[in-house]
Amino acid sequence: MSFFKKFFSKDKKEDLDKGLEKTKSNLFGKITKAVAGKSTVDDEVLDELESILISSDVGLDTTVKIIDRIEQRVRRDKYVTTKELNELLRDEIVQLLAEHNTVDLEDYTLPSAAKPCIILVVGVNGVGKTTTIGKLAHQYKSQGKKVVLGAGDTFRAAAVDQLKIWSERVGCDFYSKGMQADPAAVAFETVQYAIQHNCDVAIIDTAGRLHTKINLMNELSKIRRSVSKSLDGAPHEVLLVLDATTGQNAFEQAKHFTDATDVSALALTKLDGTAKGGVAIGISDQFKVPIKYIGVGEGITQLQIFNKRAFVESLFEGEL
Amino acid sequence: MFDSLSERLEGAFKTLKGESKLTELNIAQSVKEIRRALVAADVNYKIAKEFTDTVKDKALGQENVLNAVKPGQLMVKIVNDELVDLMGGTVTDIDIKGKPAVILIAGLQGSGKTTFSGKLAYHLKGNRRKSPLLVACDVYRPAAINQLSVIGEQINVPVYKEMDNQNPVEIALKGIAHAQAHGHDVVIVDTAGRLSIDEKMMEEISNVKEAIQPNETLFVVDAMTGQDAVNTAKSFNDRINYDGVVLTKLDGDTRGGAALSIKYTVGKPIKFVSMGEKMETLDVFHPDRMASRILGMGDIISFVEKAEMQFDEEKAKKLEKKIRKNKFDFNDFLEQIGQIRKMGDLKSLINMIPGMSKMTKNLDIDDSAFNKVEAIIFSMTPQERNHPELMNLSRKKRIAKGCGHSIEEVNLFLKQFDQMRKMMHKMSKMPGMGTGAPTGGSGKKLGGLAKRRARRKR
Repeated sequence: MSFFKKFFSKDKKEDLDKGLEKTKSNLFGKITKAVAGKSTVDDEVLDELESILISSDVGLDTTVKIIDRIEQRVRRDKYVTTKELNELLRDEIVQLLAEHNTVDLEDYTLPSAAKPCIILVVGVNGVGKTTTIGKLAHQYKSQGKKVVLGAGDTFRAAAVDQLKIWSERVGCDFYSKGMQADPAAVAFETVQYAIQHNCDVAIIDTAGRLHTKINLMNELSKIRRSVSKSLDGAPHEVLLVLDATTGQNAFEQAKHFTDATDVSALALTKLDGTAKGGVAIGISDQFKVPIKYIGVGEGITQLQIFNKRAFVESLFEGEL
Repeated sequence: MFDSLSERLEGAFKTLKGESKLTELNIAQSVKEIRRALVAADVNYKIAKEFTDTVKDKALGQENVLNAVKPGQLMVKIVNDELVDLMGGTVTDIDIKGKPAVILIAGLQGSGKTTFSGKLAYHLKGNRRKSPLLVACDVYRPAAINQLSVIGEQINVPVYKEMDNQNPVEIALKGIAHAQAHGHDVVIVDTAGRLSIDEKMMEEISNVKEAIQPNETLFVVDAMTGQDAVNTAKSFNDRINYDGVVLTKLDGDTRGGAALSIKYTVGKPIKFVSMGEKMETLDVFHPDRMASRILGMGDIISFVEKAEMQFDEEKAKKLEKKIRKNKFDFNDFLEQIGQIRKMGDLKSLINMIPGMSKMTKNLDIDDSAFNKVEAIIFSMTPQERNHPELMNLSRKKRIAKGCGHSIEEVNLFLKQFDQMRKMMHKMSKMPGMGTGAPTGGSGKKLGGLAKRRARRKR
């Protein structure tokens, strides 16, 4: 199969680079324009920088933070040439990302040594939960792990079918109670299935829901509780999937889902389509929850470990 | 972050607080904050900038108008009006003429195309008495065809599908032929989600469009989309030149600034808003509601109106006391007139009330109604102004001479004043009209009086 060939890190890097290409050309094209004909960083350049960061979806608060830091640096070091600005910007972003975040993952290690390890996947409608689950399952499966997918989205038309097709593609187990079944029951039984069938990991899908729907968020809390009842210490990971094309609402989503289910990791999808990977910077700054995965394409292998350094490097590559 | 949006906006206008009117300086300050608020609502940064520049110009034109309105509130109104203006325009219906009419649905992954297709079919069937056919052209995403089939079953609308065909152009064409053969008058073609930078997929959708020549092409976009909305909307428009936009997931708490960005960039009307997973939750687009939403304010217009009706609170309290003691005098009346005048001319004041502008369009409301009253009061001695009960025939004669109006006119005014005074006193004693009485109440009454007077004059 053609996607299995795409296993080399070089390909991966190319995917990320390609995905971020638009971000790069936008961000740095603009910076170059902003500083053209100027030899030192003045207020005007900083103003322009602010607008650039904002229009990359970084978010107001984080943008102000980055600008403040750069302002301080400029004040301290007096003569910062615009040439140094790119470097400065990179430093500050990496630092900002490093502040709240845990160490980046090295590979697709399971979030817990527990067996089975239970992962609950949540998010609003249409962010790519099911696709992310398929890609993640593929990674675990190719490490030789025994994986089961639990069809907890019993609401949206044909959601169960969609996950089933993914399980067939990946070649892993699949647990479902059909459409309209109680999602909490599906979650509970998926865990039981994983225990009985000696699975290493169970990934449970949930129906997309807007974070403002209180009843649906309560349902999600219930799903989480029933997973805990099914197995002590579970879920070992609650993965919130965010769509990178989302603007500032991503922050609200992160907040509400965290409140409802104790989100422990984020996956950022559709980074190949959006010009603004900036939302990752903003979210990483505002939430203590680390970004673990990024989706950079529709292929089964196009899920990557989020790496701060690589992310920022890739953003800046060829610009310095 | 979003909770603080309206606060942020209020913060912007706090820079105007304590300033009695808009000046170049305080406009500039608040414009910056408004721009930030818009950006926080996901309005594209560049557009927010251009937009606030327009607002700035408008505000500068109003530096000296409406002095009684708090400058901040005036700014809100200007911003709101501008937003509505931008997003409104003429409401265009979707084109469902033809046998059958063909509607093509396009958009990014996860924007809600399939759900919207179902809703549209449901809408056309229920509200327009059409017989729609759904055509499933998403041959890529797992179970996408099933999803449309299930939705079709739910709403009792047939779905045309070919499980083994990987060619969307063919499926669409056959779907239309199927509709013709089976008496369907609208065909809704659901397509796969695609990225605007995916050349192959964009080629495909433009081929589909070319082949089926739809009456209507709708671009479906997630209302939560951020700064990128501009790029996506533009590149889709460049390729398929869609006729309208559909905003989905508006039932969340997104401010939906993307709506403004898209409208601004491609100028295509927003034809539907979709808010929820139930099939009946499809709505036509209301620019004014969207404006309030982007600004993060509730019913902004009524808010501004109320603010504009409000008088100085302290003065109003004093006035209320006086009314209660039946001590409302000519000085108070004069002050009330002055305050109404400060708010602008009567006609524009009345025009702020929804629905009134139509009624007053051909109506001439004369501000000079106040002139006569003022002249009469100005011809009184301070003692007379403080004690209306002192009035007698010789005083009236003197006043009439002083103000240049006839004694009948003076009499008429005094009679009206007396009636008004009695009425106010009575009302102030009514339960529920006590201390909590809205401060604008007396102002409204006076406005009513002036209106009556204006009418009588004609």
